This record gives sequence, C-alpha cells and structure tokens, in this order.
Amino acid sequence: MLGIFDTLREKMQKTDVYKSVFRHNYQDTQRNRALQIVDNVFLHLHPVRITRHATNIGFTWGMGGITFLLFIVLTVTGVILMFYYRPAAEYAYDDMKYLMNDVAFGPLMRNMHRWAAHAMVITVMLHMFRVFLTGSYKAPRQFNWVVGVILLTLTLFLSFTGYLLPWDQLAIWAVTVGTNMARATPFLGSEGPFGPELGMKINNDVRFVLLGGTQVGPPTLLRFYVLHCIFLPLVGATLMIVHFWRIRKDGGISGPDTDARKS
Amino acid sequence: MHHLISILSKPDNVPIVLMLVLTIFYTWHSMSRAARNDRQGSPDEAMLSDKVQVWPYLVKVEFLAALLVMGLLTVWSITLNAPLEAPANPSLTPNPSKAPWYFLGLQEILVYFDPWIAGVTIPSLIILGLCAIPYIDVNPKGNGYYTFRERRFAILTFCFGFLVLWVSLIVLGTFFRGPGWNLFMPWEEWDTHRVVALTNVDWSELFGVPTRRVDDSLNPAAMAIGTATVLAWFSLGFVFYLWKRKSDVVRKLGPLRYSIVAGLFLIMTALPVKIILRLTLNIKYILVTPWFNI
Repeated sequence: MLGIFDTLREKMQKTDVYKSVFRHNYQDTQRNRALQIVDNVFLHLHPVRITRHATNIGFTWGMGGITFLLFIVLTVTGVILMFYYRPAAEYAYDDMKYLMNDVAFGPLMRNMHRWAAHAMVITVMLHMFRVFLTGSYKAPRQFNWVVGVILLTLTLFLSFTGYLLPWDQLAIWAVTVGTNMARATPFLGSEGPFGPELGMKINNDVRFVLLGGTQVGPPTLLRFYVLHCIFLPLVGATLMIVHFWRIRKDGGISGPDTDARKS
Repeated sequence: MHHLISILSKPDNVPIVLMLVLTIFYTWHSMSRAARNDRQGSPDEAMLSDKVQVWPYLVKVEFLAALLVMGLLTVWSITLNAPLEAPANPSLTPNPSKAPWYFLGLQEILVYFDPWIAGVTIPSLIILGLCAIPYIDVNPKGNGYYTFRERRFAILTFCFGFLVLWVSLIVLGTFFRGPGWNLFMPWEEWDTHRVVALTNVDWSELFGVPTRRVDDSLNPAAMAIGTATVLAWFSLGFVFYLWKRKSDVVRKLGPLRYSIVAGLFLIMTALPVKIILRLTLNIKYILVTPWFNI
C-alpha cells in the first residue's frame, strides 16, 4: 500500500511543476538542511547555523519571536475587522454590536484582536527585560536596542489608538484620560509650562492636533483609525525590517565571547 | 472579597494578572540563572557555543512556540469576550476614569506630580533614557549571558525602574484606586461618596514659610527654599562626582556620560522620594513658580 505513495511521490517530484517550485529534495542531508533555510523567503531571515545556546528557550524566552507572531495575528484579524467597521461616530458602535452578535466568527476575531494586542504589550516588555538582563544591548548591538525602544513605543501607540475604536464608554474615557496629558506639554500645550506664553490655546495646541477638536469626538475617531490601521503599522513594519536585519548584521543572537563563536 | 474577584474578572484586567505572573516568573528565572553563572565563574551559555543547524534545531522551537501561543490565544478568545460597554457619551463621566492598563503607572504618578511632569516629561524621559542605555553603560562585561555580579548597578537600577516604578504602579492603579482616585484595599467595596480631606502642604510650609502671601502673590522666600531644595537634590550628582572622581567607573564614564547617568538616576529616584513625602508628610509641591510647579 505504502509503495504506491512512494511511487507517486517520486513521479510527482520529477515533474516540471514540482521542480519549478521546490529547488531541492527532502533527504536529510546537511546540504538540504541549509537549502531549507536559504531557499525559503520566509525562513531566510535566519542564518543557516547558529550557536546552540541561541535555540535555548531559557535564554531567549522566545519573547521577540512571539511578539512578531502576535503582530501577524493582529494584522490578519485586524484586516478582517476592517470589513465590518466604519470609523464614523454614527456607525462605529452599531458596527461593534453587529460584529459581536450577527457576524459569523465576529466575536472570535474581535476577541483575538484585543487579547493579542494586550499580550503583545506584555511580550514586548518582557523581550526588553530579557535583552537588558543578558546585556544584549552592548556593542555591537547598541543601535538595535534604540530601534527596539521605538518599536516598544509604537506598540503602545498602536494599542492606545485601537482602544478608542469600539466607541463605547470604556474607549472614549480611557482615551480622554490619556490625551488630556497632551495639553500639559511644555511649550506646546495650552496648560503646559510656557504654553500660554507662547500663544497656546485649547484650540491650537498639540492636543487639538491629536484630537482634531477640543474634546474626544468624531474627528478623533477618524484620526485614531487612520493612525491605527495605516500609519503606525507601516512605520512599525518598516522598523521591524530594520530590527530583524540588524540582528543578523550585528552577529546574530548575543552570546558570551568564546573562541568557537569567533570562528 | 467578592469585590476583588469582580476587579480580577474584568476582561481587560486579565492581561495585568498575566503580566504579573510572567514578570515574577522571569525575574526569578533570570536571577537564578545569573546566580548559577556567577557561582560557576563561566556562564552556562559559553558551554553551548557549538554551532547547530537552524533547520531543524531552531525552526522546531519556533514552530512549537507558535503552536502553543496560538492555542492559548484561541482558547482565551473563545472563553472571554472583549469588553463592550454602553455607547460613548461625552456628558457622562465614569468614576473612576482609568487609562488603558499599561498607562496606569503614569496615571498613578499624576497624584504626586503635575501633568506636565507625570504625563509628558516622565514618559519622554523614560523613552530617551531607555535609548541612552547602550551609550552610557560602558561596562563591557555581561554581554550575552545572565549575570548579576558583573553588572550590579545596571541590573538593580533597571529592575527598580521596571518592577517597582512600572509594574507595581500599574498594579496599584488597577487594584487599589477607586472612585475619586482614592485609595481602596482590593477587597474593599468602592464607596463613591467617600470624602478624603486634602490636607496637603507645600515643602516650604513645613518650615513655616507660606507659599503665598496675604495678597495671594507668590512668596519669594518660599520660592527660594523650593529652588534650593531642587538644586540640592541634583547637586548630589556633583558631590558624588567629586567624591569618586578617581574611581575606575567614574573615570571611564567621563564627565558627559557621568552627568547623563547622574541626571537620569536622580530624576528616577526623585519619583519615589516625592511619593513617600506625599504619603508621610502630605507634601504637595517642592517648588511653586508662576509657570510651573514641581
């Protein structure tokens, strides 16, 4: 019985179609293991060989990778949610009700989006904690740490802008509390030190720019929606590319200086 | 007790419990690895320095981690609905109004500082200070392995900032702050009508110098005391510099790096100092000026 499958597989592997897609066969050889990484656009983020301690979950906690996985989950569920959600104050809350009550798998998509977002804030913080405790920000990885700090800030902004979108009491008051801080900005806020002296009023300071008004209202919803769905993910994705690329360029996952590592 | 359960079971508070459990676990985990490495003299990581192939040794781990996370996330998303409260109503303010949980530490600092410090300056300094870490930490040891002995100051400072000033204040803001941002024990019912007398005084008033004169203008003597206190706090950095300028650490840092480290460190430690001053002596402001108060 199994012989039939083997014959079929061998026949299939000889076809032009198969050979055009897969550049190597699957026999367990050193060469194929290397090709598995190099010939795959997604996996070639990795080097072909790494030090053994870098595969140890007790060393890395896997938090950077989990953060990236959650970002992908958020992108997929977020795009699905966008099909059902209109960022206008008249519709937003009704769309949420529709999503939670009438859309097939709507609650699952929304719950997964929210819980993955909260989880991502936690994993980003823990990733930074681990990188600090292993001293991995030290030379030559200083700049990648800075990129990481900016990515942490972006994660918080992404989560914060998304918090407003359900347009319920929880959303607008949490965002009101958060954005009220902006009017206390020194020089740029209407209630900040030296703000009034520089001509800052409630309708022209930095908070006004952020909200598109003097309080959290319909223009804020649209602004936060655009920031949440387009601007911040694009900036974040761009910096992620830099972050991952720099890991490779800076010599891979950090580790103690040993003779074996230098070779 | 049922009040604690009702706070804990608010869907948006579940992540805080998750964060708390993970933070405690990983602090213990990393410190025990650091202790073992320090005891051995050479880190565990150095013994695993032979090279392995990414396929399958790393890809396997990544795949299993992804499966586990997706499994947990799916179960979490099926069993617990994301919150959806009443429609947004700008004329109905809930009490307490809380920021998203990851900003509750900053909201808690608002009790002790004006918004321009708690809401703008401190977050900006956290971000800039984090970015500065690799450039002001000139200790080449402890790169790529867990250790405590080789980086005592760095690890203690970071853990103080992360565990005490960030994580604990989030927990305080979530579980201990009720209506009117008053302090409630987690098992206490939230009493919306609780009145807490504000008996705060300014720092100079502790020495019998009122902040404002009878005609309500600012008292220059009080401003002088406030300014002197703030300057005295930051001059601790200079005193320490003069005292330790011959030591290896200070010499290696150089004056520029040293002043950044000292400045950030003194600002960070001023935070709990002000919190303690408020909680024990009811101090409202250290320094009052026409433009800003500290």
